[in-house]
Amino acid sequence: MTWETVIGLETHVELSTKTKIFCNCTTEFGGDPNTHCCPVCTGMPGTLPILNEAVVKFAAKAGLALNCSITRNCKFDRKNYFYPDLPKAYQISQLYLPICRDGAVPIVTEAGEKTIRIHEIHMEEDAGKLVHDPWIDQSRADYNRCGVPLIEIVTEPDFRSADEVTAYLEKLRATLQYLEVSDCKMQEGSLRCDVNLSVRPAGSSELGTRTEMKNLNSFKAIARSIAYEAKRQIEALEEGKTIVQETRRWDENKDATFTMRSKENAQDYRYFPEPDIPPLELSEEYLAALRAEQPELAEEKRLRYQRDYQLPPYDAAMITGQKALADFFEAAVARGAEAKQVSNWIMGEVMRQLSALGLEARDMKLTPRTLARLITLVKEGKLNRNTAVKVFDAIFDTDGDVDAYVSAHGLEQVSDAGLVGKIVDAVFAANPKSIEDYKAGKEKAFGFLVGQVMRELKGQASPAVVNAAIREKLETL
Amino acid sequence: MKITTEMVDYISALSRLKLADAEKTAMAAQLEQIVSYMDVLNTLDTDQIEPMSHVFPVKNVVRPDEAQPSFPREALLKNAPVPDEEAFLSPKAVD
Repeated sequence: MTWETVIGLETHVELSTKTKIFCNCTTEFGGDPNTHCCPVCTGMPGTLPILNEAVVKFAAKAGLALNCSITRNCKFDRKNYFYPDLPKAYQISQLYLPICRDGAVPIVTEAGEKTIRIHEIHMEEDAGKLVHDPWIDQSRADYNRCGVPLIEIVTEPDFRSADEVTAYLEKLRATLQYLEVSDCKMQEGSLRCDVNLSVRPAGSSELGTRTEMKNLNSFKAIARSIAYEAKRQIEALEEGKTIVQETRRWDENKDATFTMRSKENAQDYRYFPEPDIPPLELSEEYLAALRAEQPELAEEKRLRYQRDYQLPPYDAAMITGQKALADFFEAAVARGAEAKQVSNWIMGEVMRQLSALGLEARDMKLTPRTLARLITLVKEGKLNRNTAVKVFDAIFDTDGDVDAYVSAHGLEQVSDAGLVGKIVDAVFAANPKSIEDYKAGKEKAFGFLVGQVMRELKGQASPAVVNAAIREKLETL
Repeated sequence: MKITTEMVDYISALSRLKLADAEKTAMAAQLEQIVSYMDVLNTLDTDQIEPMSHVFPVKNVVRPDEAQPSFPREALLKNAPVPDEEAFLSPKAVD
């Protein structure tokens, strides 16, 4: 039998506001345990949470960019459960009237184009971090992350493969980064994914029993856990077993998923309207202002790069796929470097160095100014392309000074026609055989002469100047 | 609506409350009385009325996104039933 995998995603994204959702504590990552805390975010009785206006703004901006309708009258609800990472024993979240609903995200994979529907986006607070001490029977709670604002983006079960999931997440990440509502750093937990997965016979329109996988903190883990879990479910069904609706944990080291808790002991969260947070009424003017300040997103940028700079679609998609690269590209172009050249350098040398050093584009030290300078030197004939790559490799890691490096290593391109002329004379005198060959019609001899001159000049001569000098000399013979 | 002892058991388990048998009986009676008020409300015609989510006529209570110094950790940890120098401690909890 052929099986079809059906996947829905719940993505938690930490918003990059300065302060927490309901108090003025910083949202900065890390810090000594319990030093970014106050009576509100540690759940002390009698405290009153007050909503951060930037959270509403960021959530609505994300919703608009993901083609959602915004809930003009929305409110918060209280989700009750006991766990030590949640000091109030309830999470302030949104169940009945989430801020955004019914969105759509177009994606492209090798299988073609399709649209992933967004069911809803709601605002909520993050929980703290628990450290389980293996030596004592206790857990240590650090509430620095407690109250950091999150949006949870819930899709419809529209994915059929890990490729589609990856394409969606890349699109989502780029969009949220362009909006500057989240840094989406997976390694710091600011973008976390829960994957709901079921399988069904191909062609069936009924959904199978699903499992939910948590603890997925990289694109690689997501793709691998999908492959594993789909295979596990298909094998179970083919053996005549049934799938239990449960939460499963992905174990990176074992490359497998394991039961965390089954739905039989599913929690009853006893949601009710949150009395501490009055409802929100978002005016049409407020939403119009947000729409007006939406930045240019990846898709529009890509089309503009193709149109205005004649970049190939693939290059334009790669560069606009990451805000850091697009910003870098635009800044280098603004410094006068030719767009096509900047794009070539990014697609070639920059990508090569990033992958060699295992760096993310946003973490690289190289500045657009430095690359623009390098490109300008090549354009002005002061540096040849091969030497420029050597300079680039030498200064990439530290954003070193191009001019200082070039002059310290004597790499300026020789375009002094007088000097080149003298070397040409010397090479001609030393290679009479090649001159004869050339006269006899052997074009290869020309290349040999160029090579000899270049070698004498240590490769720093402008190829155009050398070629011209040799042609000229041959014509006079 | 009839409130059974089983329902009281379920609700008290969710709330982490341990009730003696006598308390359970009393609680069942009281909850039944509270829930019966819904029957009174159900007699009202609410077709033309917007659902209310908050009892006060206030909305859009927000604050600007400006950081302020957090609370001294020693002071916060004084309220913990069991702290160490830097964290709140709880019985081991593994999901």
